[in-house]
Amino acid sequence: MTPMRMQWKQPSVLPGFGLTMGLTLTYLSLLVLIPLGALGLRASGMGWGEFWAAVSDPRVVASYRLSLATALAAAAVNAVFGLLVAWVLVRYRFPGKRLVDAMVDLPFALPTAVSGITLTTLYAKTGWIGAWLDKVGISVAYTPVGITVALVFIGLPFVVRTLQPALEDLERETEEAAASLGANRWQTFRRVLFPSIWPALLAGFAMALARGLGEYGSVVFISGNLPMKTEIAPLLIVSKLEQYDYAGACAIAVVLLAASFALLLSINVLQGWSRRYQITT
Amino acid sequence: MSIEVRHITKTFGEFTALRDVSLTVGTGELVALLGPSGSGKTTLLRIIAGLEEPDPGSGPIRFHDEDVADRSVASRQVGFVFQHYALFRHMSVFENVAFGLRVRPRRLRPSRTSIKRRVLRLLKLVQLETFAHRYPHQLSGGQRQRVALARALAIEPKVLLLDEPFGALDAKVRKELRQWLRRLHEDLHITSVFVTHDQDEALELADRVVVMNEGRIEQIGTPDEVFHHPATEFVTTFLGQVNFFRGRVENGKLHFAALTWDAPEHAHAPAQPVRVFVRPYDLEVTTCRNGAPCFSARVDRVHSAGPNVRLDLLAETGERLSVELSQERYRASRIAPGSQVFVTPRDVKVFRDS
Repeated sequence: MTPMRMQWKQPSVLPGFGLTMGLTLTYLSLLVLIPLGALGLRASGMGWGEFWAAVSDPRVVASYRLSLATALAAAAVNAVFGLLVAWVLVRYRFPGKRLVDAMVDLPFALPTAVSGITLTTLYAKTGWIGAWLDKVGISVAYTPVGITVALVFIGLPFVVRTLQPALEDLERETEEAAASLGANRWQTFRRVLFPSIWPALLAGFAMALARGLGEYGSVVFISGNLPMKTEIAPLLIVSKLEQYDYAGACAIAVVLLAASFALLLSINVLQGWSRRYQITT
Repeated sequence: MSIEVRHITKTFGEFTALRDVSLTVGTGELVALLGPSGSGKTTLLRIIAGLEEPDPGSGPIRFHDEDVADRSVASRQVGFVFQHYALFRHMSVFENVAFGLRVRPRRLRPSRTSIKRRVLRLLKLVQLETFAHRYPHQLSGGQRQRVALARALAIEPKVLLLDEPFGALDAKVRKELRQWLRRLHEDLHITSVFVTHDQDEALELADRVVVMNEGRIEQIGTPDEVFHHPATEFVTTFLGQVNFFRGRVENGKLHFAALTWDAPEHAHAPAQPVRVFVRPYDLEVTTCRNGAPCFSARVDRVHSAGPNVRLDLLAETGERLSVELSQERYRASRIAPGSQVFVTPRDVKVFRDS
């Protein structure tokens, strides 16, 4: 056996490892790393006491809690209904399927402010849907529920688009195999289908969650922005900026960033673990 | 457990996959459904399993005299082995085999220890006991197929249905697995039906062969019967190579390729054109006339690599022929490309022109 040696690159018919790797690093640095680094640098200029005071302010803490809770709730709703939508789009043929498929992408394309204003108009007490909900005592606009609705709207395509290829990959034969072995539909779903699409579902959930944590445009209209009640963290950052409190804004942003990163990382780890059966040994 | 299907028809939109098919498989039999792709063999197998529903108006599907046509696949208790294995890739080999036991309703489910015992016994049967904790992607094709078989056997099926069980394997593994499956069938004696498009596989493995074409059954018989006494032109051409001649019967004589052949079985048939088929090893080749009825031909090519020597001939009447003879006879005969030979058929199959 030849002695083991660390190899950076695999021999490949496609040349250009050096070039593409260099470009990738430069590109990511310019777009992601340097701006985020500057953010951290700015916040680190504050000193611990000041930083802690900025991020532990009850109003700020309340906004973190709200952002996290609504983003998690919206991602969870999207995981369930996004799976349903993706399933229908992959498995069934019906008239207007392409239209429905294209509609899924609309939240990607629509300016977030437009969707925010539209949702607010619909769900306000005088709106088409809000009026009906008001009769049964549910108010959506200007409550955390409204924020969740907005986040569900913008997060849906993430889940659907990540799940579609995974669902298309499913072998129909494995479902038939499960049925021939005596499994009922629920057992087939839970034991055969679900484990196969679970990594993709997690990925979609993570993306919807990340998007929800940072979403600003569509939320500010429907939330009403009441301090301590319906004020999300990104909004607080913007209002700090408007008061020329750049360091304070950076501090909030750094915490938000760290929290998002930790969440995404743990979801990635979970995903890797649930894909363990695909890793060749 | 016997299987009986009666008057099964199945259409997919415009395409008719099965036309009024009836078939009986005896208890403990191993039957091959043989045919080219699109002949309806897989559809028939899937209908027996309950994975496909026959068209309305079709007859019953009976397992041991009990009509199961209205039963779902889950309640028919069939072991189905898929062409591409259809293993659950997120489960270990052990879990794959245990699946059918674990999904049983609680009151019918064996205990954990008894599931374990049964799975390990099955893995031993398919010679994979050391692979219990592997995942399907870590196995070779032949091993995956054996896992699929163990998984199907775990539910103690009444019948075993295999869809092109060796179709995705390479030639060597295929031959080994074929013999292994034959031995397994002799041990277990489960009524089994398998689909194949490979005539060698069907003839070697099956007790009886069902030859199918265009949604119909052409012939049912033992491998010997279908090979030596093909009932139709399709069966003749599908089972192995044949040489084809246009000919004519008249007054108990068969005329083809510049020779006349006694055909007493056609003595009372009206004079008519026929289609004549001769297998390559049923043609005798000599370098000089020996008195027997023969026609002359020129040797085009000689393929001598193999257990037998194959000659490509061009008959004087224009037909291209393929002839097989043993290595010894070839060496003794001094046949070479370009030489003139005389060809005498030993056995011919004659079908009316349709």
